[in-house]
Amino acid sequence: MEKQWEEMSSDEKQEARFAKWLSPEGVEFVSPEAEKLYKERATRIKDAIQLKKLPDRVPVMLIPSFFPAFYSGLTPLDVMYDYEKANNAWKKFYVDFQPDAHFGCVAPGPGRFFDILDYKLYKYPGHGVAPESTYQCIEGEYMMADEYDAFLQDPSHFFTTTVLPRIFGALEPFKQLPNLTTINEMYGSGITFFQYGLPDVQAAFKALLDAGSEALKWMGYFGAFMKELPELGFPAGQGGYTKAPYDILGDTLRGTRGIMTDIYRQPEKLIEAMDKMTPFWIQKGVIEANMNANPLIFLPLHKGADGFLSDEQYKKFYWPYLRKILLGLIDEGVVPFMWAEGGSNSRLEVICDLPKGKTAWLFDDVDMIRAKEILGDVACVAGNMPMDLLTVGTPEQVKEYAKKLIDNCGKGGGYIMANCAFFDNVKPENVRAMVDFTKEYGIYK
Amino acid sequence: MAEDLIGTLADLEEKEALEIVNRRLSAGEAPLGILDDGRRAMEIVGKRFADGEYFIPDLIYSGEILKSINEIVKPKLAEAGEVKHLGKVVIGTVAGDIHDIGKDIVVFMLDVSGFEVYDLGVDVPAQKFIDTIKESGAPIVGLSGFLTLAYDSMKQTIQAMKDANLRDKVRVMIGGGQITKEIMKYTGADAYGRDAMAGVSLAKKWTGTE
Repeated sequence: MEKQWEEMSSDEKQEARFAKWLSPEGVEFVSPEAEKLYKERATRIKDAIQLKKLPDRVPVMLIPSFFPAFYSGLTPLDVMYDYEKANNAWKKFYVDFQPDAHFGCVAPGPGRFFDILDYKLYKYPGHGVAPESTYQCIEGEYMMADEYDAFLQDPSHFFTTTVLPRIFGALEPFKQLPNLTTINEMYGSGITFFQYGLPDVQAAFKALLDAGSEALKWMGYFGAFMKELPELGFPAGQGGYTKAPYDILGDTLRGTRGIMTDIYRQPEKLIEAMDKMTPFWIQKGVIEANMNANPLIFLPLHKGADGFLSDEQYKKFYWPYLRKILLGLIDEGVVPFMWAEGGSNSRLEVICDLPKGKTAWLFDDVDMIRAKEILGDVACVAGNMPMDLLTVGTPEQVKEYAKKLIDNCGKGGGYIMANCAFFDNVKPENVRAMVDFTKEYGIYK
Repeated sequence: MAEDLIGTLADLEEKEALEIVNRRLSAGEAPLGILDDGRRAMEIVGKRFADGEYFIPDLIYSGEILKSINEIVKPKLAEAGEVKHLGKVVIGTVAGDIHDIGKDIVVFMLDVSGFEVYDLGVDVPAQKFIDTIKESGAPIVGLSGFLTLAYDSMKQTIQAMKDANLRDKVRVMIGGGQITKEIMKYTGADAYGRDAMAGVSLAKKWTGTE
């Protein structure tokens, strides 16, 4: 009899998740060849991550920003608003370049959804930046220095009545909403609900419903894409995403300056808030891994980069809470796939404190030889193909760099070729060189 | 005797630093002296950052403390003191890019190193660079960009300098997340820097103030 999920070890859970991903339910492959490709690709990635078996060759991933749009002669604005065009462009990209995994077509997001809610956290094509530009976060404090207590007391209510009204103009009236945690007996209940009758609050809910409809419509396209790509032979390289607690607080709540000041002025509050966030974000990763039957959960890492924290600060504020998230995911058999943006040279000796074969680390800027040396025994390393080469270099230069990466990091498995950062308008021939060269040179004999 | 504001501020002891400021002001000391100490403390902070002893949070926090000190001192200030500068630098994040953390660090380091910095902010159109270069007569321009889309924006900004016959009057340095020597060549810049210290040493080299 099969073991119950609760009785399984984390190793067994990981195997079970990989098994589901390798033989996906409900996927009707377009051809026997597509099925063969899918299984080979998924197995290749699994082997590179688990560090148990040598893969047949170095896997290669392409994780684009708006490149598929540019490649199809479209602007980011076009694909944010025309979901069908987005699907076609992203599909064309994966089919033309044939990497070992696909990463959905989530980048374009549903443009109209953001319009309806009057999104203020980012500038995006047609809204503060040109149609040819990508969306960009507006640095700021969306949670103030003196709001930690309110956040800690009730994060959900704080988000609903304080954060959402700041980042969505249409939800500003939510500032008035009552805390329904105190609904208890008949007496007084009516009083607690009167705000829901206010015209501006009702208009905000109307916007919320409209935004929901738009998101659902977009999800229809997105869902179709997520179904079609495996059928064409591409396993999804990502089942969802989660984040490091320090980034959660620092990226879009306290802001870079805010959180860096909190380190000195109110370190205990910051730590308490990160502790509070941790279970939410472990759960998010597990739920998404379950929903998409995919063990790989992405973690874009931002504010723990070299220089952004001292070594001591990194060990006190960043790593312990990120590690809690990672161990929480690993316990459930989920595979955290980190994308360490910025420099990581000073972090390698710290982050190698992890169980073996459970994580992958995609690096932007790092000495890859040292990364392999220090991390290679416990984790798969990935990435590092530089943006400058892909953008202004030649295919020959790209191949030369790819050769170095494979020679230095590919030894014994445990390396995935990938771009070092999300890419927009790079040269297609360079992307092609990166993929084709890896397929040719990266074979393990 | 004046208490050691310089050391206290450079060590990022916020509470003590503010107390010293208040005590010195109540003792009747001139605000200019306090601000001068603040400036000297920032020089030490900058030096510690350059030496790898301080990190970005230390820079940000020292700036926050200095802001608080200025708030206390400024109302009592009759006139601003004249500071002698090493040279002028025009700097900004190029058009289409709104990232400013890296650029702000470079501005901070140039400022504490004695340069007069014209910080044009983010998403700066080429024309704004041209206008400011003309008005200020600055011989150094810094272009910042985080996105790879900034490569072309930098290139266009430098082209605009050529078109305005300014290119041979200024030296251009570029910097940002994905900026390398290849991108320097691509954009037509004179130099690039991987960090804020590189920006300062380029500015010093170019102004002959090394």
